[in-house]
Amino acid sequence: MVTSVPAAMFVTSRESFMSDPARPARPPLADILFFNLTRGAALLVLVLLTAIIISLVHGSWDSLTHFGASFLLSPSWDPVAQNFGAWRPIQGTLITSFIALLIGVPISFGIALFLTELSPLWLRRPLGIAIELLAGIPSIIYGIWGLFVVAPILMEGKELTWLGITIPPIQPWLTEVTSGIPVIGPLFDGPPFGIGMFTAGLILAIMVIPYIASVMRDVFEVVPPMLKESAYGLGATTWEVVWNVVLPYTKTGVVGGIMLGLGRALGETMAVTFVIGNSYDSIDSLFHAGNSIASILANEFAEASDALHYGALIEMGLILFLITFVVLALSKLLLLRLQKGEGSHS
Amino acid sequence: MYLSFGRKMIATAILGLSFSVVHAADITGAGASFPYPLYAKWAEVYKQKTGNGLNYQSIGSGGGIKQIQAKTVDFGASDAPMKPEDLAKNGLQQFPTVMGGVVPVYNLPGIAAGQVKLTPTVLADIYLGKIKNWNDPAIAALNKGLALPDLRVNIVRRADGSGTTFIFTNYLSKVSPAWKSSVGEGTAVAWPAGIGGKGNEGVAAYVQRLKGAIGYVEYAYAKKNKLSHVALQNKEGAFVQPSEESFKAAAAYADWKNAPGFYEILTDEPGKASWPIVGATFILVHKKQDKVANAQEVLKFFDWAYGPEGDKLSLDLDYIPMPDEVVAQIKASWKQMTDAAGNPVLK
Repeated sequence: MVTSVPAAMFVTSRESFMSDPARPARPPLADILFFNLTRGAALLVLVLLTAIIISLVHGSWDSLTHFGASFLLSPSWDPVAQNFGAWRPIQGTLITSFIALLIGVPISFGIALFLTELSPLWLRRPLGIAIELLAGIPSIIYGIWGLFVVAPILMEGKELTWLGITIPPIQPWLTEVTSGIPVIGPLFDGPPFGIGMFTAGLILAIMVIPYIASVMRDVFEVVPPMLKESAYGLGATTWEVVWNVVLPYTKTGVVGGIMLGLGRALGETMAVTFVIGNSYDSIDSLFHAGNSIASILANEFAEASDALHYGALIEMGLILFLITFVVLALSKLLLLRLQKGEGSHS
Repeated sequence: MYLSFGRKMIATAILGLSFSVVHAADITGAGASFPYPLYAKWAEVYKQKTGNGLNYQSIGSGGGIKQIQAKTVDFGASDAPMKPEDLAKNGLQQFPTVMGGVVPVYNLPGIAAGQVKLTPTVLADIYLGKIKNWNDPAIAALNKGLALPDLRVNIVRRADGSGTTFIFTNYLSKVSPAWKSSVGEGTAVAWPAGIGGKGNEGVAAYVQRLKGAIGYVEYAYAKKNKLSHVALQNKEGAFVQPSEESFKAAAAYADWKNAPGFYEILTDEPGKASWPIVGATFILVHKKQDKVANAQEVLKFFDWAYGPEGDKLSLDLDYIPMPDEVVAQIKASWKQMTDAAGNPVLK
C-alpha cells in the first residue's frame, strides 16, 4: 500500500523530517491511513455510480430488449396492451425544465445583482437568508401550494379584498394577449385548467430560484473590488460594471449555478406530480396536462406488477440518469469553451 | 450525576429490549392502498386487545404481490383478485376481506348531489372523450328538467396505478364494447382523455376545483369531501344512488361459491337496488407456510377482523363487510394452508 502513495505528496514533509533528526524518515502511519481513507471515500462515489447504472440496466433489461431504440421516440404508453414509449415524459421533463430556467434565471440574476451591488447593506443579510430559506422548503409543500393556491389563480384569478387588488385570470389573459402571434400564440392556446406543463414550469422556476440566486450571489461577491472600482473609475455605470466586469469574471460560477438549478428541475418529483396533470396526451400547448419522467415514476411504480411495465419504468429512470449526465457534460463543454475564449481575447 | 445518567441508560436499554420482545409477535403485510385506512384501524384496535401488532405498508397492489412472492411479508394485499392459474403458479391462495363502492362524482355549479343521471353507455362515452360538453343531447335526454350548463366536460381520473381504477375500468369494459376494445381494464390504462390526479385525494381535489369536472373516487372520499355523486343506471335499468344499502345489494349477488380461488369481481351485478361499481379487496398468503407461527397469527387476526368488532370498524369507514356465509367459506379455505411438512396450519 505504501508504494501506491504518490511520492509527491510527502515531499514537503520529508524535507522537514530530514531537518529534524528526532523524527523518522518515513511518513507516519496515520498519514497513510488518512490518505487511504479519503481515497476510499472518493472511490466509493465511482463504485456507487457504477452500481446504479448496472442495476438500472439490469432492471430495465426486459424493456430494453423488447422495445429497443424505438422506446425513446414512441409516444404510446398503454399498460393494458403492454406497449410503452418514453417520448411524452421526455418531452415533458425537458419542456418544464426549460420553462423553469427561462423564468428562473433572469429573476435569480436580478436577485443576485440587487444583493451584491444595489441593496443597502442592512438589507443584504435578511434578504439573503430569506432566499436560502426558500431552498429549505420541502418540495411537497410547493406541490400542494401549486395545486391549491397557484393553479386557481392561474385559472380564474383572485380577488384580494384586504389589499383592494384583483388578480386577473392569468391563463385566459395569456391566451388573449398571445393569440395571433405565430409560434408563441399556439403555445398559450389551451384549456385554462390551472394545471399543466406551464404551471409545473412556473412552480419549478420558484423552486430553482434560491439555488441559482444564492450561487450567483456568492460568485458575484468574490469579484475583486479592485476590478469593479477600476471600471467605476473609468466612468462605467453599475449595469456596465455587472455586464462587462462581474459576469465575465464569474461566468464559470454562474453557469455552474444554472446547471445546479437545471439538475434540480429535471429530477423534481412531488411538486411536478401535483400540478402537471399527469396525462400522456400529445402536447399541443403549454396549458395542456402532461407528465415528466419523475412524475410517472412517482405515479406508477407502486402498481407496476407486469415485468414489461416495471422494466419500462426502470428504463425511464435510466433515461433520466442519461439526460442529467448529458446536461452536465454539455455544461462542462460550455465552460471549457468559455475558458478557451478567455485565452484568445486577452 | 454520573450514576443517575447511567441508570437512565440502563432503563432505556431495558425499555428497548422489552419493545423488541413485543415486536417479535408482530405480523407484516403490504399492498393495496384502497383498504389501508381500515387495515390500519383494525391493527390499532387489535393491538390494544391482544398486544399483537400488525405492520401494514400501503405500497400498492403491485408491490404487495411482489412482496408476498418474495416472502418478505406474511401476507400481501391486492385490490384486483389474482386469477386462479396465477395463484396456482405462485403457490398462493387469496381471500376477500371487505367490499367498497366506486362512485362517479361531478362539479356542476348549482346542481346538487345525485341529481345528474347517467347510463353506463353515456359514462363510458364521457371517459372515451366522445361527449365533450355537459349540455350534450345524450346527457340532456337522461336529465329532462335539469338545467345542464354549457360547460366543457373535464375528465379526471387516477394518474397512479390503483385498485380503484381496476374496478372502474373493469366496469366500463363490461358495459361498453367500445371501451373494452380500445382501452380495456387494469390498475393503469391508456386513458383516451382527461387529466390525472394522484390518489383518491388527488382526484377529489381536482373535481372540487375544476368546474365541469367528472371523476371517480372511492365512496368514502366522495362522502368525506362532500362531492356530488351521479345516479347511475344499473343492469336492471334502475337509477341508483351510491350508499351502504346499494353496495350491499350488489354484494349479495356475488357468487363466491362458484368462484374458484375467490376470483370474483362485483361490477355490474344484477338487482334493482344494486350499485353497479362495487369491488372487493383481497389478501394473498402462501399455501405452504415456512413460518407457521406467523401464519397462525395472520389467520387469528383476520378471524377477529371478520367478527362483529371488525365489521363495525369496516362500516364506520364505509367499507362493506363480507356476508356471513362467505366468511364461513373463507374460513374453510384456510384449512388448505399447510406447513412445509404438509400438516395443516390451522388446528
